[in-house]
Amino acid sequence: MATAELSTAGRNSHACSAHRFRRVLKHCFLVLLGLGMLYPLLWMIAASFTPSSDIFASTSLLPAEPTLANYVEGWNAFGLSFGQFFLNSFLITSLCIAGNLMSCSLAAFVFARLNFRLKKLWFAAMLLSIMLPYHVVIVPQYVLFDSFGWINTVLPLVVPKFLATDAFFVFLMVQFIRALPRELDDAAEVDGCGPFRTYRSVILPLTLPALATTAAFTFIWTWNDFLTPLIYLTDPSMYTVPLGLNAFNDATGASSWGPMFAMATLSLGPVLGFFIVAQKYLVRGIATTGLK
Amino acid sequence: MTSTAPPRGASRFSAAQRGSRRERAQNRAAYIMLLPWLVGFVGIVAGPMIASLALSFTDYRLLDVPTWIGLGNYEQMFSSDPRFIDALGVTAVYVFVGVPLQLLVAFGLALLLDRGVRGLSLYRSAFYLPSILGGSVAIALLWRRIFGRDGLVNEALAVFGLDGPSWVGDPDFALSTLIVLLMWQFGSPMIIFLAGLRQIPSELYDAAAVDGAGRWRRFLKITLPLLSPIIFFNLVLQIVTAFQAFTPAYILSGGSGGPANSMLFYTLHLYNQGFRYLNMGYASAMAWTLVLVIALFTAANFFVSRYWVFYGDR
Repeated sequence: MATAELSTAGRNSHACSAHRFRRVLKHCFLVLLGLGMLYPLLWMIAASFTPSSDIFASTSLLPAEPTLANYVEGWNAFGLSFGQFFLNSFLITSLCIAGNLMSCSLAAFVFARLNFRLKKLWFAAMLLSIMLPYHVVIVPQYVLFDSFGWINTVLPLVVPKFLATDAFFVFLMVQFIRALPRELDDAAEVDGCGPFRTYRSVILPLTLPALATTAAFTFIWTWNDFLTPLIYLTDPSMYTVPLGLNAFNDATGASSWGPMFAMATLSLGPVLGFFIVAQKYLVRGIATTGLK
Repeated sequence: MTSTAPPRGASRFSAAQRGSRRERAQNRAAYIMLLPWLVGFVGIVAGPMIASLALSFTDYRLLDVPTWIGLGNYEQMFSSDPRFIDALGVTAVYVFVGVPLQLLVAFGLALLLDRGVRGLSLYRSAFYLPSILGGSVAIALLWRRIFGRDGLVNEALAVFGLDGPSWVGDPDFALSTLIVLLMWQFGSPMIIFLAGLRQIPSELYDAAAVDGAGRWRRFLKITLPLLSPIIFFNLVLQIVTAFQAFTPAYILSGGSGGPANSMLFYTLHLYNQGFRYLNMGYASAMAWTLVLVIALFTAANFFVSRYWVFYGDR
């Protein structure tokens, strides 16, 4: 009896330690992979604080003599300051977020809640436009906006957002609004609210999590967007940050990586910040609404 | 995947209803509130789409009046534009090698992270971050540097006594640096896989374990079939996205398409034709060809999916 018990206990602890070993191995692998993936980023940040002449001497993540020289040089690299590019990027991104939040939520409310003629047709058209590659409208859009005299203004980048052309977000919010109880609308109607009042005072405040998702993705996509500004903004004083980096690359080639990495690091800052903040917000949204 | 049926309580109006004042008022209110979307859809999506189809049959150089040339642009693509053929090949490799590799990594890590790994949210954030930054010019510039002649990759290889080439400057390797960049962004499909894995009831695994099924069998008979709709969704989504990739190829090749056109993405050739050489008719024809190619592959995907995607009791 006693020996039998002992041997089972021994086997159990053996299995347990094997299990623990596997778990430790798994974590080692995950940590190494995570570090490996983030290494290039960390290296770029380190390089941005390293004197240009030393950058390629080391693969280290700690600059031997940290300096801000790259940032100073990069900021005023070619006549125009990166401050201007950041200002342009912030202006365009804020307007795009405002546009998407207003126009997409309004269209989504109509599709999710109101009855009107040809509704099925318009809804199908909206869904189809999600899958459309941007390139198929790129030339005629350019001709159109050119004829309005909109080249080298923020309008070609911003106006489409106020017209809900990012149908993906319309769809996202339609799905979200459909899950809200209909009784809310009925109660609002009994209280004398028209459709617009119901949208603004009842539905909109409840779609906050979906609005947050929309704002976060609009920010990241617009901030990183390269093709659209490349087409519409040719005057350097109108450049966004990605265009500034591209011009930097063209102008200096391989000669001044330090200042370029400094500006590249700065350009990722807002996205990084938004990622941290929005992630927290989204997790909270998921916890309180039970949304998937 | 989410349902695509139009919202409930929809829309067909009977003659009796049409008469009702309340319905008429709602119809009017709906169209007024839908106006921004309608203007956008007709004015800058559907209208331009039709316009670009028309332009694709013309020779159009922006400042001149378009002249009708029938299928001329389409003939030129396949018969007298070797760069177009190169672009097709480069894009095909990028999409059909890069996307499966990316999804394989995403799937493997989702399996590792599934069910009670301590620190899950931290790992998830770390793996997801590259997906958010990956499309930016900054990362493309960094990539160009890392895979350069004396970049980080070769520094690392030198530790093992290996002498690497200039990866971005060598026609044999340039495209693979772009594929590595795509794989680096495995985080967003990984998150979709994780959400799918969470939907699989753990009783299934318990029951299978009781019946004596090992890990591998449980994976083959439970995880894979139940996850196949998610795999399919990711596949379609990532293929459509990869066809349209532009920024990394532009930045890594300085807009030129790289050595021996080895980084000449379809969209890069389209951009150069339309906005560098102002061959806007030709660019429109290329855009419509892209739409057809994407539609074709998506349709093929849906067709083949009937044989491997498992939808419950169907």
